[in-house]
Amino acid sequence: MDFTLNEEQQLLKNSAERFVEQDYGFERRRDIIASPDGFDREVWAQMAELGWLGLPFSEEDGGYDGTPVETMILMEAIGCGLMVEPYLATVVLGGGLIAACGNADQKATILPQLIAGKMLLALAYAEPQSRFDPADIITTATKDGGGYLLNGHKAVVLNGGSADKIIFSARTSGDQRDQGGISLFIIDADAAGLKIKSYPTIDGLRAAEIELTNVAAEALGKIDDAYPAIEVVLDAGIAAIAAEAVGAMQVLHDDTLEYLKTRQQFGQAIGSFQVLQHRMVDIYIELEQARSAAVMATLRLTENDPEARCHALSAAKVQIGQASRFVGQNAVQLHGGIGMTDELKISHYFKRLTMITTQFGSADYHLDRMASATPQTNQEEI
Amino acid sequence: MDFNFSEQDLAFRQEVRDFMQHSLPEDLREIAEHGQHFRKEHFVRWQKILFERGWAAPSWPVEHGGPGWTPTQKYIFQEELGLSAAPMPPPFGTGMIGPVLIAFGNDAQKTEYLPRILNGDDWWCQGYSEPDSGSDLASLRTIAVLDEDHYVVNGQKIWTSYAQYADRMFCLVRTDDSVKPQAGISFLLIKMDTPGITLRPIISQDNDHTLNEVFFEDVRVPIKNLVGEAGQGWTYAKFLLGHERSSIGDIAGSKRSLTRLKKIAAAEISGGQPLSEDSAFSRKLIDLDVRLMILEVTQFRLLADEEAGNDIGPAASILKIKGSELSQLISETAVEAIGYYGMPYVHEAVQPGGNEHAVGPNYATGILPDYLFLRALSILGGTNEIQRNILAKTALRF
Repeated sequence: MDFTLNEEQQLLKNSAERFVEQDYGFERRRDIIASPDGFDREVWAQMAELGWLGLPFSEEDGGYDGTPVETMILMEAIGCGLMVEPYLATVVLGGGLIAACGNADQKATILPQLIAGKMLLALAYAEPQSRFDPADIITTATKDGGGYLLNGHKAVVLNGGSADKIIFSARTSGDQRDQGGISLFIIDADAAGLKIKSYPTIDGLRAAEIELTNVAAEALGKIDDAYPAIEVVLDAGIAAIAAEAVGAMQVLHDDTLEYLKTRQQFGQAIGSFQVLQHRMVDIYIELEQARSAAVMATLRLTENDPEARCHALSAAKVQIGQASRFVGQNAVQLHGGIGMTDELKISHYFKRLTMITTQFGSADYHLDRMASATPQTNQEEI
Repeated sequence: MDFNFSEQDLAFRQEVRDFMQHSLPEDLREIAEHGQHFRKEHFVRWQKILFERGWAAPSWPVEHGGPGWTPTQKYIFQEELGLSAAPMPPPFGTGMIGPVLIAFGNDAQKTEYLPRILNGDDWWCQGYSEPDSGSDLASLRTIAVLDEDHYVVNGQKIWTSYAQYADRMFCLVRTDDSVKPQAGISFLLIKMDTPGITLRPIISQDNDHTLNEVFFEDVRVPIKNLVGEAGQGWTYAKFLLGHERSSIGDIAGSKRSLTRLKKIAAAEISGGQPLSEDSAFSRKLIDLDVRLMILEVTQFRLLADEEAGNDIGPAASILKIKGSELSQLISETAVEAIGYYGMPYVHEAVQPGGNEHAVGPNYATGILPDYLFLRALSILGGTNEIQRNILAKTALRF
């Protein structure tokens, strides 16, 4: 058992933290969010140059053979800086599926471009009625000559407005909520019949509603059998935002602690009051527990047994959601009035953490997923 | 980063597991499985079995009869012990006074006491809390005045677990009230049959007798029973509280009680189906799983730290807080699970061998008494509020 980083990982951590600290100040982030793309292409190019976009991909695919630990390190830094560049959508989700399901030709066209920072991806899996169940799919794909035609509506597609290519899940057979009969498709963002309505999200990111009307599409991976791959990549998404949440919570923890020690009321620092000290200790404990959850999510991601992986990743998501809510709410509370403002960064971290609580499924959704991944206890003698 | 135990550690776990399976007497197993309470002879019998195997004191150095285990091996042993139905030996001997004597005792004390702790011949109790000195332990007022070659002890201790079983007590006494409170405390070893000592049982809310008041009236304690130096008692007491902290969260105990709870929930019927399949109750059970899994990772992170030779420091307070909360929550959920059969209380039924007195399903015996007694987990060893004070000071530097 070992929870230390190796030398290369430590270097990556240092460089990512330095980048956030020196090049991604909060005022710059404010400008970036207000820009037309909603993220900074210059920052993206820098991330490519630093090799970050190629971290999780195999050398064969042009990447650096990283493990989920490297993604964790980077996502934690992204959480610290509340960076809005589409790493999750492009590298973890989109890139993850191309690497897992793509044929040689698809990998060769997409991954080197992606790693060079020249191609952005998005993954369109949710639908207005699906809530958190990635198998609940109405969007259809019907055979049309050598290819497929897609019809349907995909909801809240992260980075949907900026992606060059979008991966869609669609039903090729089976009923609306069947896990079988689901397939993946790649479509260029400018394809005919694709209507993309991009909008800002409450946490400073961009997402899109996408309507598909007879859109010609190329299959990604095996027809009817995409669900396991989708589940794996969404679990990778959970591990990634778990680390992002830890980064964001660390900032809230540090800033709130600092505030308690400097803010004067009744002639003393408010941190001298035990009730506030204890609340701050609870923030500290939640952060440590969230760190454990992120580590667990990262290390269990490569678990061979899918049931064990689902179980661990869902457990991590439940914990991360609860911690995000607690730390976010209490950072605002302990800051008092100033915590409510747009001016202070506290509220921005709070907003991102609030959406992390929902992203990839709520606590109840994941508790139920764990129940179905747990072997039933038999009624033996107690 | 690596989440897994090494091959050697896994082999060690198997060895411990096999031992527990083969060496735990059947009658002890039955007591645990019926939710009944172990008595002195059960604890001592088990301690002697561990002693025969050389595993009586996991944390002691080899030269004093310890097994010479790494922190990970110690953890694995504690976990397997907790997962089994074996009595968890009370910590006072091997876990508390033993390490203090090894660190601060003189040779005569080591020779006299350590072997008898190891083989279970002596039962020790802890004389710390007093009626007016609970969380504020340093304010204690039991006084020891030197009279030639004896200390004369007067005062009172309270919440003394198993004093009724004890042969000896390690006791914090005030030997100097002219200095600041912490500096006037000494650490004395007192024979429980010394004239002037009287016990009064405290019956706890689970109707059981674990706790006691201990009164001292002109109790004469030979000066050779002073550990280390006079006035240094507070240092030794803190050392003792800092010892064995990595298993303080009792994750193994929670694992065992959660497994039991799941079986109960599968056996209980609600609305014509097993309670475990009720969607709201099932979420509660899984939520307990989540808490347990996360706490275990926190525990692993600490263990890896300890293994690397680092001071685990304030993090042990996290285990104490979260571990006790989890044990309490599992127990609270068990109360909910058994429904009406939480109500019958037949005192004989919770005593070893009292099975025929049980009312309702066998598993319901002991659930309520446990729930009541486990409220102590967030009080003993420094309340969870005191743990938060410690974290505020050490981790957050308020």
